Amino acid sequence: MRKVILRGVRDGLPIGLGYFAVAFSLGITARNAGLSPLQGFIASFLNHASAGEYALYSLIAANAAFWEIAAVILVTNIRYLLMSTALSQKLRPETPMIQRMAAGFCITDEIFAIGIAWPGALSLTYLFSAFILADLMWSAGTMTGIIAGNVLPANVVSALSVAIYGMFLAIIIPPARKNKVIAGLVAAAFACSFAVNRISIFSGMSDGVKVILLTVAISAIAAALFPVKDDEETGGKAV
Amino acid sequence: MTQSGIYIAILVAAAVSFLVRTLPLTLIRKKITNRFLRSFLHYVPYVTLAVMTFPAIVDAAENPVAGIAALVTGAVMAWFNAGLFPVAVVCCVVVYTVGLIG
Repeated sequence: MRKVILRGVRDGLPIGLGYFAVAFSLGITARNAGLSPLQGFIASFLNHASAGEYALYSLIAANAAFWEIAAVILVTNIRYLLMSTALSQKLRPETPMIQRMAAGFCITDEIFAIGIAWPGALSLTYLFSAFILADLMWSAGTMTGIIAGNVLPANVVSALSVAIYGMFLAIIIPPARKNKVIAGLVAAAFACSFAVNRISIFSGMSDGVKVILLTVAISAIAAALFPVKDDEETGGKAV
Repeated sequence: MTQSGIYIAILVAAAVSFLVRTLPLTLIRKKITNRFLRSFLHYVPYVTLAVMTFPAIVDAAENPVAGIAALVTGAVMAWFNAGLFPVAVVCCVVVYTVGLIG
């Protein structure tokens, strides 16, 4: 138990450090929208989604209607539906409802990534300890950004903002080295994502919608062409 | 927006985020047996993380050359199984250093 918590803290800390930096710049947006440090902390603790919160603060600044806020948050966070579905296969079937809800609340891009990387049935103790640390740092980063504004120079903020992508690479590249299908998928995903982000007909689409459409299309094609055997699956094994 | 309006906006956003995150986890309580769906869900994490990484890593750095350098360095380190934290830190250092030179 203690070892699992320590492992969660060990993996949650680098995520939290990256979060702090990103949330700091998000805090500057929140400050411009008129949020107090406490409001920023609460908003970040409960939402913990960068694109979603960026949209939320912009909508607050624009005095938008609440239904508009609900619709935009739904679109920007729709990818969590897929992550939640994938994560449902990593939980033991007997996991109680309250723990399932708590695990769902933890889902962010990064916490999902380390949860999927856990061997066999996911340890919720591990997930929660990594999440709580990372989410507190995310919320503290937002609050600090609201209080301190522009103390970090732009080049430092720019450098810190790539930390999250470095973590993603550390998660997807090692399995790609071992499995040719995953290697091909990563390459295809890079190429398609680049194309969709640079071709102007897709420019009206939000980033969240682009992510979900590409993920569904590429994963579905891969599932049809390269169905996995049970023993290959990360979600199929028990501890 | 008024103070109470800001709190309502935060709670509306939090409620929608919570539902999106928890509905599949609470509704899908069994192992999915369909082979296509299992394969699909097996591939989703890798594809979605890859889609989110590129070209976002290049756009996140103020200087695109720095972003590409971070992508290549990070990918090579990850290939040799460096952990999450070392890869993340080195990517930041690369962007900062290339930014100073360029």
